[in-house]
Amino acid sequence: MKRLWQPAYMSLVFAFLYLPIIVLVVFSFNHTTYSGLWHGFTWTWYKELFQDTDLQTIAYHSLLISTFASTVAVCIGALGAVAVFKYRFIGRQGLHALIMAMIIVPDLIIGIALLLLYHFFDLTLGFFSLLIAHITFCLPFVFVVVYGRIITLDKNLFEAARDLGAEDITIFKKIMLPLLMPAIVAAWFLSFTMSFDDVVISFFVSGPSYQILPLYIFSQVKLGVTPEINALCSMILLITCIAALAGQWFLRKKP
Amino acid sequence: MKQPVLALSTVSKAFDQETILDNVSLTVEAGEFITILGPSGCGKTTLLRLVAGFEQPTQGDIVIEGRVVNTVAPHKRRVNTVFQSYALFPHMTVYDNVAFGLSCKNVPRNEIDRRVMDALKSVRLDHFATRKPDQLSGGQQQRVAIARAVVNEPLVLLLDEPLSALDYRLRLDMQLELKRLQRQLGITFILVTHDQEEALSISDRVVVMHDGLVQQVGTPRQIYETPANLQVARFVGAANIFEATIEGIVDQQLDVSFAGRSYRLKNKRSLALQTGQAISVLIRPEDFSVWDRTEVDSEEKAHMIPAVVEDVIYKGSTVDLRLRTESGELIQASEFFDEDDEELNYRVGEPVWAEFQLGWEEILLS
Amino acid sequence: MKMSNRQFKIMAIGFISVWMAIFAALPLLLTFLLSLFKPSTTQVVVPHLTLHNYVDAFHYLYIRIFLHSMLWAVFTTVLCLVVAYPFAYAMAKMPSKYRALSLLLIMVPFWTSSLIRTYAMMTIIKAKGLLNHCLIALHIIHAPLQILYTPVAVEIGLVYTLLPFMILPLYANLEKFDWRLVEAARDLGATPWTSFSKVVLPVSMPGIVSGVLLVFLPSITLFYIPEVLGGAKSFLLGNLIKYQFLDGSNWPLGAAMSTLLLLFLLLMIGLYRLRHQRKNAGLFV
Repeated sequence: MKRLWQPAYMSLVFAFLYLPIIVLVVFSFNHTTYSGLWHGFTWTWYKELFQDTDLQTIAYHSLLISTFASTVAVCIGALGAVAVFKYRFIGRQGLHALIMAMIIVPDLIIGIALLLLYHFFDLTLGFFSLLIAHITFCLPFVFVVVYGRIITLDKNLFEAARDLGAEDITIFKKIMLPLLMPAIVAAWFLSFTMSFDDVVISFFVSGPSYQILPLYIFSQVKLGVTPEINALCSMILLITCIAALAGQWFLRKKP
Repeated sequence: MKQPVLALSTVSKAFDQETILDNVSLTVEAGEFITILGPSGCGKTTLLRLVAGFEQPTQGDIVIEGRVVNTVAPHKRRVNTVFQSYALFPHMTVYDNVAFGLSCKNVPRNEIDRRVMDALKSVRLDHFATRKPDQLSGGQQQRVAIARAVVNEPLVLLLDEPLSALDYRLRLDMQLELKRLQRQLGITFILVTHDQEEALSISDRVVVMHDGLVQQVGTPRQIYETPANLQVARFVGAANIFEATIEGIVDQQLDVSFAGRSYRLKNKRSLALQTGQAISVLIRPEDFSVWDRTEVDSEEKAHMIPAVVEDVIYKGSTVDLRLRTESGELIQASEFFDEDDEELNYRVGEPVWAEFQLGWEEILLS
Repeated sequence: MKMSNRQFKIMAIGFISVWMAIFAALPLLLTFLLSLFKPSTTQVVVPHLTLHNYVDAFHYLYIRIFLHSMLWAVFTTVLCLVVAYPFAYAMAKMPSKYRALSLLLIMVPFWTSSLIRTYAMMTIIKAKGLLNHCLIALHIIHAPLQILYTPVAVEIGLVYTLLPFMILPLYANLEKFDWRLVEAARDLGATPWTSFSKVVLPVSMPGIVSGVLLVFLPSITLFYIPEVLGGAKSFLLGNLIKYQFLDGSNWPLGAAMSTLLLLFLLLMIGLYRLRHQRKNAGLFV
């Protein structure tokens, strides 16, 4: 009897978390513009989405930025995690602390700081300002994921490889990389979701020449609830959901 | 005279003010099977890592075939290590694991193939070449780790407690396997262990270590039968150590009293002793014979120690007894079932006589 | 690729160090520097060092907004904690096959867009939304409640968005808990409440702290939630700072406020570390 509260409470919280999302997706198929009631199933709103060429450009921009940013972040971040794990160098503690700090520092401050950086260097706000910003806020997450995986590896593996004659680059390519690959792939997917959904930082560092989805949605959402936005949001939810699940799948611990 | 394949010359190693190895000197001849034996924390693993090249000595020299290698990187020494956890690369097949060292040295493809298959054949795993480590048993993984090391044809193979993860039966089999392999390959093996039975059964020579110091180097027989000091005596095999006093010295004979009796013992080690000096007398449990009161006549009693049975432990092939003497000392005795005594029935509380063969004792300085 | 050990080391350390130096450390430094410059209407900034921005930042209007935001943050954090803790607790005690599924179900809202989820909440609480429909259908109310564009909506939106951020650290911590300790406590005579408050709660502290850190500041700096759900009426710290950089056009003041916020964050972390001087206290578990 006492144990019953646990599954009941969990179901309640899950309902709270998922109900709005489910309603949003369901109503994207609703054959009505304003009413809150169900008026029949339709693909209209999705069809409109696929015909909106401006929207397609914006979506393409977002995909491009997120893919590029994740890839670069994963390269720099994974290599950095190996470096911090393996070597003792001046400023190692500071670097590690800075990386961890970037996770805690609010996006608002990061966005503003980068805006000031671009202004200082006279960089026009557009593709590159966005890309650099996205790489910067994805880096710490990649680092944490990969570093967390490295420290679970058997240290003897690296010593055995050294004993057998491998140089550091060989150890990295033949031992570390294969063993870290699942974590690296997971980090890529998780970076992708974070980048694809980012609002706050993108808000400060994007320019009129290069629009992205989250900011478009932000401007639309302030105008109210519409089925077109429901449809768009549902599509984005689908993409990020798949990416998030993929990321989690690659992070799973082997039995 | 050929130079030794490995020599440690007054090697010391300290970590953060703590001395792990203190002035260790050792020579190892080519083709020997040496075991470094000692309790945890005695410095034996550190010694191995110094020879392998994973640590540098704070003092002293590591000399391999006449060349000082203190600052030489691990892979440039002709020494390879078999790690306690095997450290097999989990994402590579057995073949790739064994071939790894050779591929790092850019050995040609067909030569790698020949050498890898030879190495796998010598550990009898040639049919497992395409398996991955997680598909192998512990014993098999261990043999792969050995193959991976020996395929590089090192001068010395270092083994860090290789058998500690295996269960008893498998460990015994692997001990013989290691011995056979060493004979076959002719490589010098240096094995580190805390298991004294293992050390005694497979080594040509044993190095007993304690607290960072080498206590004794000798053949297994020398270590067991003539231990250099109390530490070695206590660590290798069970021991009865009696506190004794020298009552008199006559040439090479000593009058020694312990356990309430006086004995005339030979000064086998020609130790410099004085009357009144306190010494220790070592007698192994199997060197004691235990008689019940009815079996012994009064004449023989003269040099036997009276005691009471405190515990009887039946071990299958032996019966181990814990006896308490009148003066309160504990005697551990091991009796074997043989043609003299088939039954070995002892009861707790039974009064008995404990006898040892004169000459089988060892005198050690306290 | 043949690369010496030294070259590899330089490359590995170099890439991330250079990137973090230029795009993380430098921008923050510039923010601080900007806060010392004089604002101007013609240019963004006039190179004239002054502490006046910090004086301006302590204007009573801004203090009011700051205090209001702090209260808001505390309320949201506590609310999230109260809702999340029993959930994380229940999840940690589940049999492992269900636990993996539950974790996955929490990961989805954690990783998907907060903006979209806020919008989803909008669809529920608006005048013609699901909530009102249900309440009217159940005859609890007769006319639709105006929740949207009120502080209540903002609070609901914040809790909705930030709940997974509180659940995950709590769960990560509780999952590692050795429940046999509770059994031992019960065996020694502790009541269910005592065994919870004296055994489980203290050990779950690091998880609680992580959760608080992930929720407290975002609750006032995620400016789009008050903007979307609260309309013009909700103006928290994040909105205030953002305003300086857009409509208000007082970048140095904005920089000063950002620096102060950063100092506040460091203070919070510093106080925690001071109280819990354990060498291996990680930030996330």
